[in-house]
Amino acid sequence: MTELNLTLKVWRQAGPDAPGSFDTIEAKGINDEMSFLEMLDIVNERLINDGKEAIVFDHDCREGICGTCSLMINGQAHGPQKGTATCQLHMRKFHDGQEIVIEPWRATAFPIVKDLMVDRSAFDRIVESGGFITAETGGASDANLTPIPKPVADAAMDAAACIGCGACVAACPNSAANLFTSAKVSHLNLLPQGQAERYSRVEAMVDTMEEFFGSCTNHGECQEACPKEISIDFIALMNKDYLKSKFKNRRMLSRR
Amino acid sequence: MELNSKIPDGPIAEKWTNYKFDRKLVNPANRRKYDIIVVGTGLAGGAAAATLGEQGYNVKAFTFHDSPRRAHSIAAQGGINAAKNYKGDGDSIYRLFYDTVKGGDFRAREANVYRLAEESVNIIDQATAQGVPFAREYGGLLDNRSFGGAQVSRTFYARGQTGQQLLLGVYSQLARQIGLGNVALYNRTELIDVVVVDGEAAGIVVRDLLTGEVTSHSAHAVVLATGGYSNVFFLSTNAMNCNVTAAWRAHRRGAAFANPCYTQIHPTCIPQSDEFQSKLTLMSESLRNDGRIWAPKSPDDNRPADQIPEDDRDYYLERRYPSFGNLAPRDVASRAALVEVSAGKGVGPLKNGVYLDFSDAINRLGEKVIEERYGNLFEMYERITDESPYKVPMRIYPAPHYTMGGLWVDYELMTTVPGLYATGEANFSDHGANRLGASALMQGLADGYFVLPNTISNYLAPKLGTTPIPTDHPEFQAAEAAANERFSGYLSIGGTRSPDHFHHELGQIMLTQCGMERTKEGLTQALADIPALHAEFKKDLRVTGDGESTNQTLEKAGRVDDFFELAQAMCLDALTREESCGGHFRAEHQTEEGEAQRDDEHFAHVAAWEWTGDPGKPIRNTEPLTFDNVHLAVRSYK
Repeated sequence: MTELNLTLKVWRQAGPDAPGSFDTIEAKGINDEMSFLEMLDIVNERLINDGKEAIVFDHDCREGICGTCSLMINGQAHGPQKGTATCQLHMRKFHDGQEIVIEPWRATAFPIVKDLMVDRSAFDRIVESGGFITAETGGASDANLTPIPKPVADAAMDAAACIGCGACVAACPNSAANLFTSAKVSHLNLLPQGQAERYSRVEAMVDTMEEFFGSCTNHGECQEACPKEISIDFIALMNKDYLKSKFKNRRMLSRR
Repeated sequence: MELNSKIPDGPIAEKWTNYKFDRKLVNPANRRKYDIIVVGTGLAGGAAAATLGEQGYNVKAFTFHDSPRRAHSIAAQGGINAAKNYKGDGDSIYRLFYDTVKGGDFRAREANVYRLAEESVNIIDQATAQGVPFAREYGGLLDNRSFGGAQVSRTFYARGQTGQQLLLGVYSQLARQIGLGNVALYNRTELIDVVVVDGEAAGIVVRDLLTGEVTSHSAHAVVLATGGYSNVFFLSTNAMNCNVTAAWRAHRRGAAFANPCYTQIHPTCIPQSDEFQSKLTLMSESLRNDGRIWAPKSPDDNRPADQIPEDDRDYYLERRYPSFGNLAPRDVASRAALVEVSAGKGVGPLKNGVYLDFSDAINRLGEKVIEERYGNLFEMYERITDESPYKVPMRIYPAPHYTMGGLWVDYELMTTVPGLYATGEANFSDHGANRLGASALMQGLADGYFVLPNTISNYLAPKLGTTPIPTDHPEFQAAEAAANERFSGYLSIGGTRSPDHFHHELGQIMLTQCGMERTKEGLTQALADIPALHAEFKKDLRVTGDGESTNQTLEKAGRVDDFFELAQAMCLDALTREESCGGHFRAEHQTEEGEAQRDDEHFAHVAAWEWTGDPGKPIRNTEPLTFDNVHLAVRSYK
């Protein structure tokens, strides 16, 4: 165990419409076995002891699966360790005397709630528009009735691993949500169960995405930032299906 | 208090079918005339809200998360049990029922467990139809693995992320209903009180976590699916925000709280690395399929694992329980680890763990197969500890994980307050004194998809034509005023210690006195210490910030306040249950070999505690348990 003395520059903002600024906070005697969020817990305890308001940040499971935590750490979404959410980042990745700049996700579609907490409900709007297979409770046939080749199930699982944290949007210079949306679309569009709604799904989800987020210009920053290392290949799959859906949409043909 | 379990008549295999036929129905055209509140959007709550929305009811769903997809169900790793018998290894609904009753150390209700086993097969079909990417064989059919407490392979899984995938399935169905306007979602909104008018659930009082605003919502029925209370221990595998507030507030309004002392300590967590740690990470029990658990034979053995020869290792689970070996149930495996560490044979820098060793499995199957099975778990372990389980054995130690106790419910999942339901981990019903691995996901989804949506109509049907109690009713007004007062109260104490500080101290008391091993002396001590600490909390709490914007310190204060009262109920329950069963181990009640010793003559019952206004003096009511199918026997995994 090593003790680290750090200087934090933390974004503080009282509310969605309030002006924000960086607060400099000394974090001394931090055990390097700690996780990054445990370090913030200690900083918050010290702030409360000093009679100051604790830093607001989203977090919950602390095992990298719920997708609640966020944070731009020294300009990197979820910090310096690849394939790791902030809650699983450990202080051994930092060195004594280091200055750490901590900011919220920065994107128009993710308005700041307070300090480091943002509102990611635009993601929910995308899923509500089509990120499902219509399968009402009670009507399902036996699960082994439709064999699914292992590579197909594996590919769907690769996409389904998305935790919806929003790092892809935060890392993207355009604040595009294409990696998130394509992971959601591909998970379902790859599976036999998802075929009936394949094209209506991709169309609805992409159109909803575009109401909130910027456009993808293939920078690839999203893939680098993704704590689940989801591949941008899924964006290509989504674009292919989206293009097809525009041709297949017979419903609109008769009305033009 | 009368505890009528309402178990239907007939042979065990026909009870649920008979019930479903006999219950009252609500005609599809009339369902839109009913409002239902569902609190919590994990597997049990999300599935119930989605299904009730599909059926045509007006549903309001509440979560304190920013999105329903964050609920802690998402963190379940290993899998979900179902009696599909796809492997043809002798599984059946009856065997899953039998294993679950036995695994629960004969402290669960037979009829509920049988229903759970029956519905388990439907869950797999339902989830697959939704697109849950369960693991598959090369032929395209579903794969299974085995789990503790069973001798068949009946666990379905999606890599090490089964809970995540099942929750995303639930969330997708819920999102569809939200999009269609059948379910209204209230996110970042926390339940503060349950309102009861004329003896029936009338609605809830909630607090907007972004603005601090307190509002009321009324409905024909209220469903609580708000999870378990392991965070009373401060250090647990639960997510940081898991709390008992919703269940506890319902308890204070008349819902009996059953078996609070039944808590599960999960055997395979990463040991604590420093005293400030606030969360323990679980390593899926599925690892015990291929990992072998051992500790050095000598407490003085400080050699690295790879330098300890076979002869100096004690594979204590294989030695003590030859037929189940490393797959002994959780309570048994946890206590065995406690025995090793207490004897000074712990490993790691703080000597607070035992080894879970994969070297045999890697030699037998190759690293690639092991990576395929557990790759993401190994990565997670390495991120946290900086050690690779491919090279050195994992270090594991038990940690509080799941709570079998919860709100008392009858066969219909209704609490002792008519119109108030509890589902999933929030209720007490199916796991007895110990839950088997891969059964929590099963129970949450069975309750949410298949049980509650069938039983709730029996209560709603006679209410046709009534409207929910308006929220300007004096009971709502009084509850809102009390809620506002409560939160402004925390802010105005102006003491010196944070909510976390008190939570940490409470957790220490609970872990020491009401953890893996309990004694009369320790519990009595805890029952003196907890109210004293709670009194200090009320005098010396410090909450900074205000109540009109997001304030996580204030949220925490309310939750810790309720944990103090729950902790007393847990200790009282543990003290009065003069036997050892499942996760409840009283040191006074053990066999010569150190195994749990039940007292079926005096304790084959559910203890349901009734609120009296004094958290130290609740009334203990009992519901006798009868075992007509699985005969009471000493649980043996030898």
